[in-house]
Amino acid sequence: MSNTVNKALNKPILEYGSGFPTLLLKEVKRFYKVAFQTVAAPVLTAILYLMIFGHVLDGKEVYGRLSYTAFLIPGLVMMSVLQNAFANTSSSLIQSKVTGNLVFVLLAPLSHFEFYAAYILAAVFRGIVVGLGVFLITIWFGLPALEHPLWILAFAFLGAAILGSLGLIAGIWADKYDQLAAFQNFVIMPATMLSGVFYSIHSLPPAWQVVSHFNPFFYMIDGFRYGFFGVSDVSPWSSLAIVLCFFIVVSAITLRLLQKGYKLRH
Amino acid sequence: MASLHCWVCKSMHPAISIKNISKHYGALQALDDVSLAIEPGEFFGLLGPNGAGKTTLISILAGLVRSDKGHAAILGADVQASFRNARRMLGVVPQELVFDPFFTVRETLHFQSGYFGIRNNDAWIDEIMAHLDLTGKADSNMRALSGGMKRRVLVAQALVHRPPVIILDEPTAGVDVELRQSLWQFISRLNQDGHTIVLTTHYLEEAEALCQRIAMLKQGKIVALDTTANLLTRYGSVKKDGEGKTDLEDVFVNIMSGSTL
Repeated sequence: MSNTVNKALNKPILEYGSGFPTLLLKEVKRFYKVAFQTVAAPVLTAILYLMIFGHVLDGKEVYGRLSYTAFLIPGLVMMSVLQNAFANTSSSLIQSKVTGNLVFVLLAPLSHFEFYAAYILAAVFRGIVVGLGVFLITIWFGLPALEHPLWILAFAFLGAAILGSLGLIAGIWADKYDQLAAFQNFVIMPATMLSGVFYSIHSLPPAWQVVSHFNPFFYMIDGFRYGFFGVSDVSPWSSLAIVLCFFIVVSAITLRLLQKGYKLRH
Repeated sequence: MASLHCWVCKSMHPAISIKNISKHYGALQALDDVSLAIEPGEFFGLLGPNGAGKTTLISILAGLVRSDKGHAAILGADVQASFRNARRMLGVVPQELVFDPFFTVRETLHFQSGYFGIRNNDAWIDEIMAHLDLTGKADSNMRALSGGMKRRVLVAQALVHRPPVIILDEPTAGVDVELRQSLWQFISRLNQDGHTIVLTTHYLEEAEALCQRIAMLKQGKIVALDTTANLLTRYGSVKKDGEGKTDLEDVFVNIMSGSTL
């Protein structure tokens, strides 16, 4: 062994920073390395939705002034943000659990809050990258208005963070890929598809309108769409308050699970 | 070497302190009131048959498993209450051959260093890779490595934050002779430089050659704890084949069968 090694070994590192930035970078690099699957594919899926529904429902108007295609674009962008934020945390965690390499993170001096923040911010980043990709391509179908960009950013960030948290909960809970798929297909997918991505809830029968108000995803989509057009099914302030409450509740549950080490530290 | 010894000695704590640790999984009592102290600078062997509780004990020290009762500390830092300090002073080579298939060897080591909050650690990472013969594979994806190479990366990951206490959980399982020899040379050198080494292995000749002190676990309890020399003297009187020199395997068989207890 060289002298350098001996010297290095003789000086244990006593000055440490936080492991959070590295875990965040790792989570971002993880999806970047397979960007064709994690970014390009969901953008293509959203474009196919837009082409098919836009063509079938061409001529239909929403809110009395918007073409159906214009109405659909923000919903599809937000749906992509939400689904990809969920996919990032849930798939990363379940893969690490199943392959066993989560041990490297669990051995490190990371707090449950650092763990949470790194995974959630990476999920938000992926969700927004995919959402931006969908938005940029849909410009070809006609540039939607951007009446209140701050509302757009607020709902995109909060929505992605919520779905990232739900992805963490699902990843922590699931022991197998099919359990995760069940969570995604029987909880996330219906809640997203029935949240008003493809329609205004005012077009629904009264009973279903009431049901829609119990779906927190509806407020994410509706508030996000308000940022584009300045019109929405409910007040954006109400949507923001509900989404914020949902974010706090979901984050608290996730942090508690991480702190307790539920299904992670036995 | 002196500076690490001084730093460790100043702590006035055992390298590893285990007090009345118990752990059960359902009806299985994995650990039953285990107490143990390992002093700084020791090369310590933790032996026992499969299912004796070795990996559970290591997992408790690493914070991967929570004990039902009792306390464990690394150089005085409680593994639960002061988990940050405890984990910074501990390097663990896990038994399972696990890796992250997304990254190269160099990326894996950089990330592991970063998880401990250590940046600009390139010189040390290069040194570890050089000594573990990983330099030529630095930019290879982890998936492309042989089992032996993956095992070397696991060792490198455990050392990347220069921990004073290192636990190796069956590090030579399924490893060829050449790697075993180079690995033991490296680990012995770390021990000479002041690092505390805890080893579990089923290769008892390795434990006999390397470990100054040994604890044997059976069904979650410590059934023997002494220096290697004393164990050989005390429990090695019954030779399994009735002839030749007594070795640690004889001691192990005798203790586990209860023939000399």
